[in-house]
Parts: sequence; structure tokens; C-alpha cells
Amino acid sequence: MSELQLAPPLAPMPCHAVLSDLWAARLPVLPCLIPLGLSPVAAGFPSPAADYEDRRLDVSEYLIRNPVSTFFFRVSGDSMVEAEIFDGDMLVVDRSVTPQHGHIVVAFLRGERLVKRLEKRGGGRVVLCSANQAYPDFEVSDADELVVWGVVVGKFKRLL
Amino acid sequence: MTVFALVDANNFYASCEKLFDPRLAGKPVVVLSNNDGCVVARSAEAKALGVPMGAPWHQLRDLARREGIAAFSSNYPLYACMSNRLVEVLGQFCPRLEVYSIDESFLDLEGFALQDPEGLTGYGRKIRRRVRDWLGLHVCVGIGPTKTLAKLANHCAKKGLAGADGVCDFAVMTDGELTSLYHQISAGEVWGVGRKIAARLEDMGIKTVRELHDADPDTIRARFSVVLERTVRELRGVSCLNLEEMAPAKQQIMSSRSFGQYVYELAELREAVGSYMGKAAEKLRAQHSVAGAVQVHIRTNPFKPKEPQYQRTATVPLPSPTADTRELTAWALRLLDDMYKPGFAYQKAGVMLCELRPQSVVQGCLFSAPAVDEQSEALMRALDAINAKWGRGTLRSSAEGITKTWQMRRGNLSPAYTTSWEDVPCVRAI
Repeated sequence: MSELQLAPPLAPMPCHAVLSDLWAARLPVLPCLIPLGLSPVAAGFPSPAADYEDRRLDVSEYLIRNPVSTFFFRVSGDSMVEAEIFDGDMLVVDRSVTPQHGHIVVAFLRGERLVKRLEKRGGGRVVLCSANQAYPDFEVSDADELVVWGVVVGKFKRLL
Repeated sequence: MTVFALVDANNFYASCEKLFDPRLAGKPVVVLSNNDGCVVARSAEAKALGVPMGAPWHQLRDLARREGIAAFSSNYPLYACMSNRLVEVLGQFCPRLEVYSIDESFLDLEGFALQDPEGLTGYGRKIRRRVRDWLGLHVCVGIGPTKTLAKLANHCAKKGLAGADGVCDFAVMTDGELTSLYHQISAGEVWGVGRKIAARLEDMGIKTVRELHDADPDTIRARFSVVLERTVRELRGVSCLNLEEMAPAKQQIMSSRSFGQYVYELAELREAVGSYMGKAAEKLRAQHSVAGAVQVHIRTNPFKPKEPQYQRTATVPLPSPTADTRELTAWALRLLDDMYKPGFAYQKAGVMLCELRPQSVVQGCLFSAPAVDEQSEALMRALDAINAKWGRGTLRSSAEGITKTWQMRRGNLSPAYTTSWEDVPCVRAI
């Protein structure tokens, strides 16, 4: 809508002019700026793309499948870099997804909010795995009250 | 036959706080009222410690230190966000829904029994499970043929008096079971029976729900009101109260607060009144009304009788009804300037918009400008749109001031986890 265009000058007065036309003709014909998209086009060729107009892409629609159950978390630390989750990334966490083996999850463990890969191993053992050699995995014991808060389904970050 | 459900979140405010803070797991949590005055919500652990609802926080400090009670100021952006999500999830189960309060909704479940192989009880369990999974909140579901019975069933589910797993469906109980259940519950627990009415009922020998159920409706009507008669009929399964899907437009809009600290100066009072009017006018426009009169009140602290006391309320009818923040604020400030007396410690101020009417039926005034001022309407629409997009108070009248020293005390406010980018919770990758 930012493109502007000069309005066309008024058409020459027809010979069968009525009073209102004369009134209009007395208005000063100054060039005035009109937003392009708002001026109706009475004649000429319609835009060949008019029938193909579509909505613009919405990034939140791409990232969020179920808005009502989706929450955001900000990452602090680099224990998940090999899973492409970096310090400062914003995580999209969807609680309506059932956590499964191999999912990256937000979990509450020993009073901390963590982001880890959920692994279910033999004997009913649950391990919260890091995706960085430099960090340990957390074996969850029976005494721990693990809360798998939600499944990470996406991430985003602003660069500038 | 009508069927209603009442879905109610358990310990809603405290549960919202616990949802985002892992350090609170298993710990007693309370949420305090405006200005951190009284306990308005308690977690299950805090209830178990015997913390009473409404208790002044300063009386609880010793207990809190001993027991490690975590206290939070009311975080309304968080609660409102979670409440809206709750309503949205419930709306997926039943399109006919009445939002009764921030944590309670009525559902009209007539015709939904076939949605689940276990009937409405199973449907209620499904609702409960989905809210728990998707939102991390625990709800109880009460089901009955009237709204009053649904609310009573919800009470039974919450207290574990009947039903199972937080769902209580009166329809699957026999008359005998219901009679003995009603016998255990005091009449004061019934929706619409307040403390005063309960006391008067008790004088008549009506102590339990069963006795209220058996009372003669005509007598109740004669002695109390048609409202209580309706309650009795509802207890008997005759539905008298319909679902109110659309909240009726308010007749008055009030915006008032106690100050975080005493206010002495007129300039600060003007800021407070300007702010309250900004909020009230926004609500007024949201319901497409205009106000025909403005009221302002100020007062000192009546609980400090030794301090000099002063309080005033003044009302002005407007020459023509309006929803323009600028005009409403100007009238309110004029009233305030007339009422204000120096030398008092003011504790509270407020504004009220009265004589509300729909914007569409405004009567013009012979002597003033046209009733419909398109410029003003356009400006107010722009104001509301900007504040809706960029957050409340982004654009405001200068009367609201900048520093707001009088604002509420909210010393233990948790982050706005879900409504502010700055406050998005951190997850540690360690």
C-alpha cells in the first residue's frame, strides 16, 4: 500500500453537463496523492492475479499446531546443541503431544526446569539425555518426582 | 431433560503458580489479594496446614516461615491467560458454555450422553483428562439436571463426597443415594444460599440440603424470595436457570483500588483517578456502551480510626452521553478537584460510570455538539486497537501520569510467564 500515484485529471466537460458537473468542475484540480490499492479502477484490464489472492504466510501458524496447549520457553545453556537447540533459542512446547521415547521435552526434575531428550530404557528406567558430549545424562530414580511438562515441537530465534 | 455440568479448576491461582515453577512442587503456596493483603487462594498443601481463606497475610508470617509457605501477589495476566485456555478447551467439548467465573464454567450437556461409551460420567472424565494433559490444571466436574445441582455435584466431587476421580454425576445415583448424600451436606453449601440466608433457614429448622430440598417452595417464596424458591425447585430437578452464554452488558462500570501507600497530594490522586477512568472507559467501549454520568469517590483508611477521616463521593450527569476517555477523565478530575482536601492520608479512590446505554441509541442534545462524534469515536477505536496490540497502557492520557507512586503493592509477583516475551520461563540446558 505504500506506492502512491497521481490521480488522473478530471475528464473534459461533456456538452450535456448538468449543474452538479459544473459544481465539480469548479473544484480546483490539484494533483493529489491516493494510495494505489484504494482507488477503484473503472476501466482497463483487471489484475490477472486477482482471483489468486491468498493470505500471507503466518510464522506462528507454521510453528504452532495447537495454540491452546502451546507454551514458550527460553533456552539457557548448551547441553542440547547436537539436537540443534542453542542458548537463547525460544522453544515451542505443545502439551497436547504425548511424550514418547526420543522426544525432546521440557521436564521438571529436582526443582529445575530442564530441556532434555526423553529416553525410556529397559526395566522401566527413564533417562533425560543431553545432546552434547560435555554434559551428563540424568538417570531418573524412583525418588525423583519427574514431571515431563511438554514436548518440544519447534523453536525460533530473532537474529537482529 | 436438561443436563448441566459445572467444571471448576482446583485451587486455580495457586495451581497456575505451581504450573511454571518446579521449586513449588509439593510445597504450600498461597496467593494474596491486591496490595498483598489477604490470602485469596491456597494450594492443597496450604489448606492441609490450616491456612484459612481470607486470612490477613501479616498474621501468617510466622507460620509461613516455619512451614516454608510460598506467597505470591495476584498475577492476573497469568491467571487470565490460563482461564481463557481452560474455556477454549471446554468449548471443544461443548459449544454451549457459560463462563461463570475465572475458574468455573457451566456446560449445557443435553444430548451429549452418546459422546462417550460411559455416558456423561465418561465424558466428564475425558474433559478432566484433557484439561490436565493440555493445561496442567486439575478440574472437578459436577453433573446434574439443573445448574444448582451441577454446582452441588461439583462440590461433592471436590470434597470426595460422591462420584470418583473428580467427576460426580447425580444422574447415575439412585434416589436413596442422593437422599443420604443431601443429608450430609449443610444447606449453606447450596449455590445462592449465603451465610445470612443459611442462618435464617437454620432458625426454621432447615439445616441440610435434604431439608431444603423437602421445604415447601411457596413457604420459601413467602418467607425469603422468588430467588430462593427457584433454588428449591432446582434442587428438586426442575431447571429454572438457563445458561447465560452472553454476559449481559453491565449497568455500571467501576474501577477502584486501594493504594500501595498512602497518598497525600492532589496531583497523585489525579493520576490515580485518571488511570482508573482510562480502564473504565476502555471497558465501557468494549461493551459498546456510553455513560450518562460519572461518579468519583475518595477515602482515607477507615480501619485506622485514630487518623483523621475523610470520605466523599460525587456524581455529575453528563450533558450528553459519551465513551470518550478524554471527556470522561475531564469530568472525573473536575469532581475530584472539588472534593479534595489537603491534610488527609488517602487510601483509596475510584470512579464509576453510570447510566450506561448502548452506543447505538444515544439521544442527541439540543444545545451541545452532535451526539455521535465520529472523530472522537475514531480516536477511541485507534486508542483501544493500539492498547490491544501493544499492551494495556501503551497509549494513555497524560492525566494517568508516568511514575504512578500510588500503584498497588505487589511484592511477590511471579513472572507473566505466558503473556510477556521478557517473562517467558527459562529452561536450563545443563
